[in-house]
Amino acid sequence: MYHAIVFLPLIGAIIAGLFGRSIGAKASEYVTTLFLIVAAVLSWVAFFTVAMGDAETIKIPVMRWIDSGTLNVEWAFRIDTLTAVMLVVVNTVSSLVHVYSIGYMHHDPHRPRFFAYLSLFTFAMLMLVTSDNLVQMFFGWEGVGLASYLLIGFWYKKPSAAAAAMKAFIVNRVGDFGFALGIFGVFVLFGSVGFDTIFAGAADFIPQEGAKAGGEIIMTLFGMSLDKGHAMTGVCLLLFMGAMGKSAQFLLHTWLPDAMEGPTPVSALIHAATMVTAGVFLVARMSPLFELSQSALTVVVIIGAITAFFAATVGLVQNDIKRVIAYSTCSQLGYMFVALGIGAYGAAIFHLFTHAFFKALLFLGAGSVIHSVSDEQDMRRMGGLRKHIPATYWMMIIGTVALTGLGIPGTIIGTSGFFSKDAIIESAFMAHNPAAGFAFTLLVVAALFTSFYSWRLIFMTFHGKPRASADVMHHVHESPPVMLVPLYILAAGALLAGFIFKDYFFGHHYAEFWKGALFTLPENEIVEEYHHVPLWVALSPFLAMLIGFATAWFFYIRSPETPRRLAGEHQGLYQFLLNKWYFDELYDFLFVRPAKWLGTFLWKQGDGRVIDGFGPDGIAARVQDISGRAVRLQTGYLYHYAFVMLIGIAALVTWMMLGSAF
Amino acid sequence: MTDWPILSVVTFIPLVCVLFLLPIRDDTETGRRNIRNVALLGTGFTFVLSLFIWINFQNADPGFQFVENVAMTGSGFSYAMGVDGISMLFVILTTFLMPFCILASWKIEKRVREYMIAFLILETMMLGVFCALDIVLFYVFFEAGLIPMFIIIGVWGGKRRVYASFKFFLYTLLGSVLMLLAIMAMYWDAGTTDIRSLLAHDFPPAMQTWLWLAFFASFAVKMPMWPVHTWLPDAHVEAPTAGSVILAGVLLKLGGYGFLRFSLPMFPLASDYFAPMVFTLSIVAIIYTSLVAMMQQDMKKLIAYSSVAHMGYVTMGIFAANQQGVQGAIFQMLSHGLVSSALFLCVGVVYDRLHTREIAAYGGLANNMPKYALAFMVFTMANVGLPGTSGFVGEFLTLLGAFQANSWVAFFATFGVILSACYALWLYRRVMFGALEKESLKAMLDLSGREKVILYPLIALVIFYGVYPAPIFDATAASVDALVNNYTASLQAARDLALPVN
Repeated sequence: MYHAIVFLPLIGAIIAGLFGRSIGAKASEYVTTLFLIVAAVLSWVAFFTVAMGDAETIKIPVMRWIDSGTLNVEWAFRIDTLTAVMLVVVNTVSSLVHVYSIGYMHHDPHRPRFFAYLSLFTFAMLMLVTSDNLVQMFFGWEGVGLASYLLIGFWYKKPSAAAAAMKAFIVNRVGDFGFALGIFGVFVLFGSVGFDTIFAGAADFIPQEGAKAGGEIIMTLFGMSLDKGHAMTGVCLLLFMGAMGKSAQFLLHTWLPDAMEGPTPVSALIHAATMVTAGVFLVARMSPLFELSQSALTVVVIIGAITAFFAATVGLVQNDIKRVIAYSTCSQLGYMFVALGIGAYGAAIFHLFTHAFFKALLFLGAGSVIHSVSDEQDMRRMGGLRKHIPATYWMMIIGTVALTGLGIPGTIIGTSGFFSKDAIIESAFMAHNPAAGFAFTLLVVAALFTSFYSWRLIFMTFHGKPRASADVMHHVHESPPVMLVPLYILAAGALLAGFIFKDYFFGHHYAEFWKGALFTLPENEIVEEYHHVPLWVALSPFLAMLIGFATAWFFYIRSPETPRRLAGEHQGLYQFLLNKWYFDELYDFLFVRPAKWLGTFLWKQGDGRVIDGFGPDGIAARVQDISGRAVRLQTGYLYHYAFVMLIGIAALVTWMMLGSAF
Repeated sequence: MTDWPILSVVTFIPLVCVLFLLPIRDDTETGRRNIRNVALLGTGFTFVLSLFIWINFQNADPGFQFVENVAMTGSGFSYAMGVDGISMLFVILTTFLMPFCILASWKIEKRVREYMIAFLILETMMLGVFCALDIVLFYVFFEAGLIPMFIIIGVWGGKRRVYASFKFFLYTLLGSVLMLLAIMAMYWDAGTTDIRSLLAHDFPPAMQTWLWLAFFASFAVKMPMWPVHTWLPDAHVEAPTAGSVILAGVLLKLGGYGFLRFSLPMFPLASDYFAPMVFTLSIVAIIYTSLVAMMQQDMKKLIAYSSVAHMGYVTMGIFAANQQGVQGAIFQMLSHGLVSSALFLCVGVVYDRLHTREIAAYGGLANNMPKYALAFMVFTMANVGLPGTSGFVGEFLTLLGAFQANSWVAFFATFGVILSACYALWLYRRVMFGALEKESLKAMLDLSGREKVILYPLIALVIFYGVYPAPIFDATAASVDALVNNYTASLQAARDLALPVN
């Protein structure tokens, strides 16, 4: 069964990719989609056997991979609760996106290629989440990067799409740089890259009571001699760098907004629900290591909190409907990292789980909007669409209330975001991490912003007067059922997932649900503690949400001139946010241009002038010089030769006489 | 085991083919076709026969197998052939790539007979290098291989072919002279030229240093390592496609093979002493040439520079001198043999159609050449070291090996992972992506049947060895294990010896 879950998408990808032309676009769509639906159903079966049932961690070896000395890497599957959750998320969203794409892409002549890429992505993502060792995880990790590259650049005729694809791959590679070094570090520390060995070995690294600081040196990393605790911190930070790249965290986030150049179903699948959460998965999977390094966790908290805040501020002023949601994704990923950093791994994965539903819903809904207004993405040219596409409108509303976390505090009535996001905010308040207070403040502010930009999106798109041309408005049409049904399913998830699963992921059934798949030290009691937050803390995200909603309503329904006036008055701040804090310009200045300049310099000056100049060309030139002079010696006059000969003989005789004398 | 001299047979079949080619006249179309067919059949047959070497190879045996030994009385040297886990796969790589070169040269019309003869002689010489068990024999093959390559570049090359071939010759000859001196010194010290005896011989530490440097001069040029790499881009640019393939696929591996066969096992103390220098040069090669590759405007030059960067991983892995580093280096060489050959073949495909290698002349080829775009994508990703392609395995293992030796080395070398993505994807974007606007490109056809036959097997192999590299590791494990153990043992012995003195 597990083989089928992982390999069906691959088979689908191969069929559609290699034989798409001969079997036709329709057949390619149906084959890949059908395989994905089967895989999704099997994933739910796996979820109920492994996570909800009491099956032990399942390990399935598949094939040998890299065997070299003490390094033994296998292709193998490891199915525990964490994997089962991810299987459900990946395959459910992926199968729905496949179905949706049948409708969304039906004009495109390259559908077989599109579906092949989608299935290929799903396969790589499944390899990532089912891996039993870090190297196979790296395979999936880079594999999803490749699929993301191919899908962002799917419309390769657009220069912007080609550029965005390349940027995504390269920025991810920067993260992978750390990930790879982290894997090497793990291998040096534990002598293996297999999870079982690593987790068993990690027990030796638990700080002992009364052990003095320092201790024996076990590793030299970049010139630093590290004892056990510091070595663990070093390795964890390297691994986290990989997570930052893939999950578009602050400093390595620049690729995610540009990735919106890809077709919208791709954004829903890859850049909202699955691939970008791989970093969260990595840290959760490596919780037995991260839990041992307070410093590394603090870094995770800080980066997560900054990302949550930063992305939310940028989201406030964006006008492209997809970019707003992209920044929202970035921000929500920050929430997840904060949860990881404070030791609330369950809350992080819970938010990952619910986020997959409502964010995929929002993206697919946005796709439905874009589809209906003739591929327009700028919200300034939308408005008043509520009457024309009511089903899409209501689905977007559901997505928004789930994202903003609508619910009644103190009760169990609420959307999925209400449970997962509030759990993170409340845990942040109760956590003992040094950066927890900082994180709590930023998260509450970010929650306010989230509510504002989400409702701003709804109001600008669906309410008010139509700002699109009459021609476009004339063509506005509701999407076909093949696109709407996936929305309905996701909407059900967005509404109900939190309520149904909260006790399992991060509540009373925590231990029997996770069965040790997430590791916490005995003194980490965050699951218990967060139930006892003061009332004002529990109410704060709720209030933030209300304020955000009210502001958005005032700005975009009540008095639409206010935002324009504010933007005019605070031009500096507005431009700063609109230009995403100028990160692209900064990186261009710091990295891209110097690298190009250096490349040219080394080529022309280093290779050309120095090496060739003093090397082969220089030697050749000198040889010519000298031989040229030698030629001039041959004057052809006999007396010249005779004279030189005489001098030579005289010198020789002198040397012989004097030489023998000494 | 076979009792007939399979290594000699494989090595000299191409030379026999030359005899067949000599009487064929190449001034008619039929004659030229016959020449091509004979060359193709000959190299194909060599490859099939060489597979028996792999089939009969005993993986568990770390020593030399299929040994042949004919003493040359009175001369002190003998005709000795044999392969172990380190050299065997290079023999297969050479015989495997040769038919592709012949196929890629199908469109050559100028002096076809001489062209094929040059390639066949080159094949014999390269096989001889990997099989030779006598250092003089090794030297003869090693140097003689220069001549056909020199001629191939100089006669069938591009506009600046004479400059390129002289540069190539000057650089490599410089190293060779020093190596010859070193070989004479070794004979003087050990009293034999037999590689097996030399491997067991302990050279005095001071002498090791000089011998190591002399060999290094030769192998570093062949690799090529920074800063003696500048002959490679010129040679690649001017060489015909098949010449580039052999150059990148096999000739560059001679240096790495030399390090593994001579420097590391025969001069362990010097290797250890000079390892930091090699690491530094490797890192410089990886970062420097990657940056230079990024800015190239000529497709072949870009790939040539990326070859230098990839060879940096090889030298780094070899001198990390642990199991992962050395096995990774061998794998990286084999993988690079496939991937860079394939990339040069890919460039050849469009060069045959448009007769320019200028990147700016292309753009949007994905529109009308989807099959070509797919093939190029696979090889680009393998070049970048994407897991699941053979490029990853070698890169990963060499970096892991280096990390264990010195984490700084791995730190800097890993920048290559980022930079390779920059230059490779930028190349792909400029050639393949975008709208198809240039008039000259619109008529270009997708891969022909012959080109598919060339590229598809390479795609299959690149992916196969990325997913299941075990056959290669099984074959190399025992020999590499022995090599690494002897290396650490002799270092340890030297250290023990030094201790009482202090």
